[in-house]
Amino acid sequence: MPSLHRLTLSELADRLGRRECSAVEVLQSSLDQIARVDGDVRAFMSFDAADARAQAEAADRELAAGVTHASKPLLGIPVALKDVLAHRGQPLNCSSKILGNYRSPYDATVVERLKAAGAVVFGRLNMDEFAMGSSTETSAFQRTLNPWDLTRIPGGSSGGCAASVAAAMVPVSVGSDTGGSIRQPAALCGVVGVKPTYGRVSRYGLTAFASSLDQIGPFTRTVRDAALITGVISGQDRRDSTSVPQPVPDYLAALNRAAAAGSRPLAGVRIGLAKEYMIGGLDAEVDAAMKASVAKFVELGAEVVEVSLPHSDYAAATYYIIAPAEASANLARFDGVRYGARVEGKDPAEMNSRTRGAGFGAEVKRRIILGTYVLSSGYYDAYYLRAQKVRTLIRQDFLNAFEKVDAILTPTTPSAAFRVGEKSDDPLQMYLSDIFTISCNLAGICGISIPCGFTQPKPGVPRLPLGLQLLGKPFGEESMFQIAQAYEQGTPWHRELSPLS
Amino acid sequence: MSDFNIHYVAKLARIELSAAEEEKLGAQLGNILGYIAKLKEVDVTGVEATAHAFPLVNVTRPDVAGEPLPHDEALANAPSRSGGLFVVPKIVE
Repeated sequence: MPSLHRLTLSELADRLGRRECSAVEVLQSSLDQIARVDGDVRAFMSFDAADARAQAEAADRELAAGVTHASKPLLGIPVALKDVLAHRGQPLNCSSKILGNYRSPYDATVVERLKAAGAVVFGRLNMDEFAMGSSTETSAFQRTLNPWDLTRIPGGSSGGCAASVAAAMVPVSVGSDTGGSIRQPAALCGVVGVKPTYGRVSRYGLTAFASSLDQIGPFTRTVRDAALITGVISGQDRRDSTSVPQPVPDYLAALNRAAAAGSRPLAGVRIGLAKEYMIGGLDAEVDAAMKASVAKFVELGAEVVEVSLPHSDYAAATYYIIAPAEASANLARFDGVRYGARVEGKDPAEMNSRTRGAGFGAEVKRRIILGTYVLSSGYYDAYYLRAQKVRTLIRQDFLNAFEKVDAILTPTTPSAAFRVGEKSDDPLQMYLSDIFTISCNLAGICGISIPCGFTQPKPGVPRLPLGLQLLGKPFGEESMFQIAQAYEQGTPWHRELSPLS
Repeated sequence: MSDFNIHYVAKLARIELSAAEEEKLGAQLGNILGYIAKLKEVDVTGVEATAHAFPLVNVTRPDVAGEPLPHDEALANAPSRSGGLFVVPKIVE
């Protein structure tokens, strides 16, 4: 029997339900694994073990009183949080110095929902500062390393989330995705990551980066677990006026129906390959993994057809206008007045400028200044308004493609995890590592990254995980999960655990 | 992007930069602006702007009094406070 920390959410729920282990034991196995490996991985910035133990003890009392996972699907399951989500009484830094000793006075809606479902919510996971980055190297506090190769980055911005699940420190973590910040690190760490449709999950209690792009989603080891968490955290919330009043389907029931479909579970499903994504420049091993994935989808019964997303080449430029513009407005609140650190000055403007100059790191400064510029008088129409119009065209490309196919298949990333420091001094190259993930946020659709193989080991370089991305229709999570699970169950990749697990 | 003045824009953004930072960030932003200028190639004649993928209008909640954040808790993270208020440097002489 494997140690508890190596079990998936669903496996743990089964054991807990049969009373074969206690929630306190499950939590302890997580804490023991953190103690064993996180000195190297450094996914956690901090965690409150006493608070987590109190939650686990409460879960054990409920289990003893006969509460089941049918009513509380996460009862006794450890769930760790990216340092961007408010958890009452706990620190929240967004991996930035500017928040000082901030502690959240309230719970984010997703935290409320996880707790209401019985989860043991704990920990602050490292990230790129204010979620701006693709490697977790812009964190002001620590480097997080990839559990498959400790000389490489875990991806970002939710690098701590991906690394914590990949190293089996927790079965589930919850992060945020503005341009790929869940899917890209999930791919580079060999786990499952989901960006739900814009409006599916309440953003209340998520520190805003780009409000029209941000969405919260899970990291797990299996599609089923990701579907379960997505179901728990989804739904309208009156505290987020952009959350959509659309019923949340029973994702697990949809997966159970699909699993009963036999050896060709994807018969009748059409999957699109965007011809604009098949141009050169793709890493040979990523290309080989994609070709093998296409063959597997065909074997599973799907029809794979070419689609066109004509404005793909403009997605990165559009994103790097809209996201910084929104960030420059959202991060104006970090002014040294209401919370966090302050550097004194002779008047409020000087105090603001000094505080922000000392408190923000280089990437955050770059983006705020870029955003300020594209919104400034004389440039607004040329940059920001034009980008919003191109965004319309990008969204329309996807809606047109979804007339013909149920999902679009892409690599999640152009290459496997890169080395620490490889791109940290070249922001433009770093931005282009998100080339396959950013359109999804601009279009407001849903996406998932699942493991799809490994690179070949080379001298001095172990094998590294690769991910494929499935993009689904707006509010099409149900079908996206079904397609992803069919692939997952037809391949061995999700059963592979990192050497540190 | 010869008209991009890092010193001026950083001032608008209220971010104090050292001379070394101005030089480095200015060069990097010049590169990035060069890249995003490719949007000028796109014909956007007659295209509506998208601010949100799913715009919802007139989102209201029932007009029912709730429990606001207690005063003390709202001020708990302030770098400087006095008499139940945030303290800032003097604005008017």
